[in-house]
Amino acid sequence: MSVPILEMKNITKEFPGVKALDDVSFKVERADIHCLVGENGAGKSTLMKVLSGVHPFGSYSGEIYFEGKIQQNKNVHDSEEAGIAVIYQELALVPEMTIFENVFLGNEIQKGINIDVNETINRTVQILKKVNLDINPTLKIQELGIGEQQLVEIAKALSRNAKLLVLDEPTAALNETDSDNLLKLLKEFKKQGVTSILISHKLREVIDAADKVTILRDGQSVITLDADNGEINENILIKHMVGRSIKNIYPKREEKPKGEVIFEIRNWSAYDPRRERQILKDINIQLRKGEVVGITGLMGAGRTELALSLFGNTPGYQVDGEVLLRGKPIKFTNPGQAIKNGLAYVSEDRKGNGLILIQDVRSNITIANLKRILRFGIIDANAEIKDAREYTDSLNIKTPSIEQKVLNLSGGNQQKVSLAKWLYVRPQVMILDEPTRGIDVGAKYEIFTIMNKLVKDGMSIIMISSELPEILSMTDRIYVLSEGRLTGEIESEKADQESIMRFATS
Amino acid sequence: MSLFQELTQLLKKNIRDYGMYIALIVIMTFFAISTDGIFINSRNISNLVNQMGYIAVLAVGMTLIIVIRHIDLSVGYLSGFLGAVVAIGLTKWGLPVGAVIPLVLGIGIIAGLLNGFFVAQLGIPSFVATLAGWLIFRGALLQATIRTGTIIIPNDTFNAIGNGYIPDLTLPNFLPGLHKLTLLLGVAAAIAMVISEISSRRNKMKYGFEVLSQNLFIIKTIFIVLVLGLITYVLAGYNGLSWTAMIVLAVTFIFHFIATQTAIGRHIYAVGGNPEAAELSGISVKRITYIVFGAMGMLTALSGMLYASRLQSATTTAGAGFELDAIAAAYVGGVSAAGGVGKITGSLIGALVMISLTNGMNLMGIDISTQYIVRGAVLVAAVVFDVATRRRTG
Repeated sequence: MSVPILEMKNITKEFPGVKALDDVSFKVERADIHCLVGENGAGKSTLMKVLSGVHPFGSYSGEIYFEGKIQQNKNVHDSEEAGIAVIYQELALVPEMTIFENVFLGNEIQKGINIDVNETINRTVQILKKVNLDINPTLKIQELGIGEQQLVEIAKALSRNAKLLVLDEPTAALNETDSDNLLKLLKEFKKQGVTSILISHKLREVIDAADKVTILRDGQSVITLDADNGEINENILIKHMVGRSIKNIYPKREEKPKGEVIFEIRNWSAYDPRRERQILKDINIQLRKGEVVGITGLMGAGRTELALSLFGNTPGYQVDGEVLLRGKPIKFTNPGQAIKNGLAYVSEDRKGNGLILIQDVRSNITIANLKRILRFGIIDANAEIKDAREYTDSLNIKTPSIEQKVLNLSGGNQQKVSLAKWLYVRPQVMILDEPTRGIDVGAKYEIFTIMNKLVKDGMSIIMISSELPEILSMTDRIYVLSEGRLTGEIESEKADQESIMRFATS
Repeated sequence: MSLFQELTQLLKKNIRDYGMYIALIVIMTFFAISTDGIFINSRNISNLVNQMGYIAVLAVGMTLIIVIRHIDLSVGYLSGFLGAVVAIGLTKWGLPVGAVIPLVLGIGIIAGLLNGFFVAQLGIPSFVATLAGWLIFRGALLQATIRTGTIIIPNDTFNAIGNGYIPDLTLPNFLPGLHKLTLLLGVAAAIAMVISEISSRRNKMKYGFEVLSQNLFIIKTIFIVLVLGLITYVLAGYNGLSWTAMIVLAVTFIFHFIATQTAIGRHIYAVGGNPEAAELSGISVKRITYIVFGAMGMLTALSGMLYASRLQSATTTAGAGFELDAIAAAYVGGVSAAGGVGKITGSLIGALVMISLTNGMNLMGIDISTQYIVRGAVLVAAVVFDVATRRRTG
């Protein structure tokens, strides 16, 4: 047996008050796809930051061997030099610069003191071929889709002769097609001898791609499974991740909605005059009391745009069509009106436009409906504390106190704060945009359970998701969008992944 | 846990909040010693407060501007220009003080809203929009004063704003040499402070929040009362509280109240913390921008009046550099350049720190060139301290 490409031995990393990694050992064989899974806060990202030098040598204990040689990275530059490339969830590309400038950023090809633009473009084209991206390298990054950007990022790593690629949730923001392409690419790399470490929450991908899986839990490495031994399947993975077995990750609802139509949109269209593009075209959707309706589609199908335009937040779009709330026509020109009329929108991007990270849990929960705690125009601090406590308790938000800043919470708990904030406005219709993005299995289960309870109490939910299994299991009906048009409506019980994909690509 | 342990822990935990106060005390003690006590005598402290007035009110407004991630460079010359408008209104137009003050406050608000229009409605970066204002109001100030040069304001009522003191109680044989009404106000403030501290502690206990141990709480309260008492006593030893001091206190109190206790205040900090999230929470970012710039305009007018009143005239260079002093005071006071963080009271302390430096160094006879360097160094030190402690506490 050859020397493993990477071996991390007895890594312990402490932050003030927390042991993020506790004696973790981790071994990666050459030309493997090695998946790293675990709940949020299990220590996956910390382990990779130790590897890449973000947490420099000396700030942790333990040893790292790369290609048999001891590796003491003082910074990211050292690890890149050795051939380790880490691609983070938040892409590190400069949107205003072109593809070729980005690929060779910090590693410019020079002729004298000038940058050799022609040679750079030439080399970029070759590298882009390796990642199966057939695209003009002089385009700016901001003109690319998120999937293409991901590939450019990988191209950038390859341009530096990376031997080990580390991808931190690369498919979190991708649709199914792009995700599948990315996984195919990793398998091709494998044939060429490039090793990948893949961090992912999507177990389907892990099962599909992994040669080996290492599971982390609470800062410790629990087990490493080998695909050759047939050890990698969903039940085993979940069992090790959460430390108990969850029978069904999608809790069932008993009753089916038969209430009246509460929310309806007719011939809803949106046009973006700046990009001269039709964003949405003639969309008709009905939502009944106590119903969960799913909206799905590929990236760029217009799911989020639909939700935001319904919510009165349209960045310069010309919106046309009718909204009926309990049969009465109504129009929202800003989110404030939508909220007043009983709508809530839980954003897909909780860090970007959902929560105020630098503020505490308490103010985040009450911000969208301060009226509830105003007494003669003044905030009643007692009422606010009482309400915030009640919502944190009922949603089981794990936080040391309601005075804790939201940025210190885990992804799942942040998502629950986001939910609490919108439940606090007492909505009748709740739009959940990718409610489980980037959160672990345990937290997902909790969010699904909350959803079921809400609809049981008479709320109606529009659930936007690109995760087909969850949308199939959690909804009553599914609307499928494709390029801004409604291409299918289907009862969830009668639907399967194939039928949805047919609508989504039609 | 012993009292001392608790005290050190408290200091460590709140080092960012207390750092400024400690710095202020250090600076004041230093000047008190190096000027043989002149710095802390009643007359100088009273003078210091009056010197601070026009920068302090600007710093209060600037805090909110920076909190919502903007900047306002126009306030310096706008305050100078509005000072000239006051002078012209009182002398040429023959308007009474009671008409000039609301008029100028109104013009200030309109000028602020105009900045708000460019920033919120047209999406022009505030740096550029208010830089244009800086130029325009500088020109306007010169045009207003160019024919006559300095305009003398011969109105005693108006000039009292910047130079006068609140009247005393007429009790000839009671505590001679001290300003009785100032003492009375000081005592009232101390009592109000103690009551509010006790009720806030009770409330926190009711919700099971962490509170100071009883002993430390008593020590802290006594300390606050002592500081208040000392300030009151020092001021009462000269002419008592000045009208400027009363205005600064009132502005700080009102803005602090709005910022911390009302929905508008919450909305301002939400917009600063994450404008996109605020917008989606039903808060109109535009509306908040208008309100904050409008308030800045009003405070600028107030600042202009305080300055004109203090000099008893409007000059061609009035207001030059005020904007930078106000920005510096806000940053020294702990406002974050990234937005969403910053206290009104902090900026008041920041203004006090900066003015103490100027005043103290003047008393020591330190050259103006050295003064600039020292003030710059203190500004950098304050911001470095802020960034360092912020990183540590996450």
